[in-house]
Formats: sequence, structure tokens, C-alpha cells
Amino acid sequence: MRLRALTDHPSFRRGLRDGVPVAIAGVAVAVSFGVLARPVLGTAGAIVMSAIVFAGSAQFGSVAVLAAGGGPLAAIAAGILLNLRYVPMGVALAPSLRGGLGLQAIKAQAMVDYSWAAAMRGGGSFDVRYMVGLTVPMYIGWISGTAAGAFAGELLGDPEAIGLDAVFPAFFLALLMGTDAGRTLKATLAAGAAGLIALALIPVAPPGVPIIAACIAALIGFERRRPERPTDGRLDEVEAPAAAIREPG
Amino acid sequence: MSAGWITILALALTTVLVRASGPLLVRGRPLPPQLAGVIDMLGPAVLTALIVVELLGGDGRIVVSAALAGVLAAGVVLLWRRNALLTAIVVAAAVTAGLRALG
Repeated sequence: MRLRALTDHPSFRRGLRDGVPVAIAGVAVAVSFGVLARPVLGTAGAIVMSAIVFAGSAQFGSVAVLAAGGGPLAAIAAGILLNLRYVPMGVALAPSLRGGLGLQAIKAQAMVDYSWAAAMRGGGSFDVRYMVGLTVPMYIGWISGTAAGAFAGELLGDPEAIGLDAVFPAFFLALLMGTDAGRTLKATLAAGAAGLIALALIPVAPPGVPIIAACIAALIGFERRRPERPTDGRLDEVEAPAAAIREPG
Repeated sequence: MSAGWITILALALTTVLVRASGPLLVRGRPLPPQLAGVIDMLGPAVLTALIVVELLGGDGRIVVSAALAGVLAAGVVLLWRRNALLTAIVVAAAVTAGLRALG
């Protein structure tokens, strides 16, 4: 009954529809993952990983570690670090989740970068049904694309020669350009600061750490509550005469 | 079990836990209202960091490759048509591949 209530909901259906073109683009990313992962994990390994991990950056990151000759512990650590952004993202999502904790934890499994960001409704709230709807076609596309890449990878040749390493960041650029970055000053500053923090940490920290650290830039959005702050009152007093001086000029 | 399968199973388990951690930490309590603005900024921050790390991060150093030009070209496509996601991705790959073919 509950599942039926979800699948019949207009938000979920809108998510499904909107998710299809994104999933098709996601297939290109998944193909690139399949191509890169097959020599490291084997065909079955690449497909199973996409089916049960379903986290692009962690999959790319951990496979890159294994491909470079690293052991499983280093690969797992890289994957976990690359996934840790889901902790603050999940905390942000949590107040919008309904039902018991177990059900909330299950719903949170539908959280992928694209659907999470696209389901933001401002003021810290999310349309969870829409997010789940978006994720469904993306999950199907992610597995199919991985399978296609893993099976046909050899026909495609060197993944870098055909520019597949540009696919994943281009996908996220499209997502970024759908946010307020470039539209509001705060969001642009948050994005810029996050980019600089990540860039500065790349040479000194393992993969994943720069992304977590860059989340600090979101504090730009912190808003002090207006009432009952004595400093606010004093600031207003200072600002008022300044405004009066400006006015005649 | 091979290193690959150990990695796959361990990551599957930890990813489920990490995704579940948000609601398990919050436990139904409301977040302080001052954090609403922080949450709204988390999207732009996380996405920018992901792009920077995926595009410029390589083995603990900053690597500028043809992919940077490809992704910038995708950005131009997206400025022109906001919804041209697939076109943008194809352009990114094509520009990157083209530059590499030219050497």
C-alpha cells in the first residue's frame, strides 16, 4: 500500500520523467566506469559493484587505487572518503524524511548527488518523492551503462583517447549550473571557496578529504537569527546614520 | 577472495551505512533554523569540489589535462542551453578526444 502511494504520487512520477534524460547522460558516465573497471574487477565485478555500491565517485576512486597497484584497504578507504559527503548531505535531507528511522534510512539510500541536489526546495527542505523518482531511472541506467562498458570496452579502445575522463566532471558541471551558483552571491562564493579549498588540498590529502573539507564553504550560508541579539541592535544604530548621510548625496 | 571483490563488498556495506547515517544522526529532531542556509549552500560547495577533484586531482598532485578544455566546452554548451545535458557530455568527450588526437 505504502509503495503504491509513493509510485502513484505526482512528485514521484515527475521525478521518473525528469530522470530519464539524466539517466541517459549517466549511461555515458557508467560506460566510462565499465571500461575503466573491467581490467581491474572483471566484467562481473564491475557490474555487481555498480548494482550494490551505486556511487559514481567512490567507484571511480577505489578502482583507480586498485588500478594503480594499491591494496583493497587503500581502495576501500578512498571509496569511503569519497562517500563521506553523504553524511552532511544526509543530515540535510533527514528533516524532510517521513516515517520511522528504519524507513528513513531506506529512503536515504536513494540519495545520489544529482537527485539530492535536484530535489532541493530551498529553506533547507527536500522533495523526497521527487528525489526517489529521479533515482530510479538513474539506477537502471547506471547498471546498464556499466554492463555495456564492461562488455564492449575493448571495442572502444583507450578510454582517455576518446575523452571519457571528461564525462563525469561535465555531468557534475551541468548539475552545478542548475544550482544558485552564478545566480546568487552567496552560492557563487560557496562554490568558489569550495573549489579553492579542494584545489589546495589535492596535493596534500588523500582523495575524498578535499571534498569533505570543501563542505566547510557551505557555512557561508549560516544566518544568525535576527531577534534578541544585542549586537544586531547596535549594528542597526550604526547603519541608520550612515544611510541618512548617503541619502542626500 | 580477490582484492577486487573485497573492495566491492566492503564499499557496498559502508555506502549503505554512510547513506543511512544522516537520518540516524538526526533521529527526527528538527535542525536549527540557522542551518537552512548552510544546507542550501551545501549543493554548490559539494558539486564544485567534486568537479575540481575529478578533473584536476591525480595521484596527489594537480594535473591539467585536455579534459579541462572539454569540460569548459561543456560549460559553454550549458550556458547556451541549460537542459542540453547529453549534448554537453558528448561535447566534453569530443573536445577532449580531439585535443588528445592533435597531441
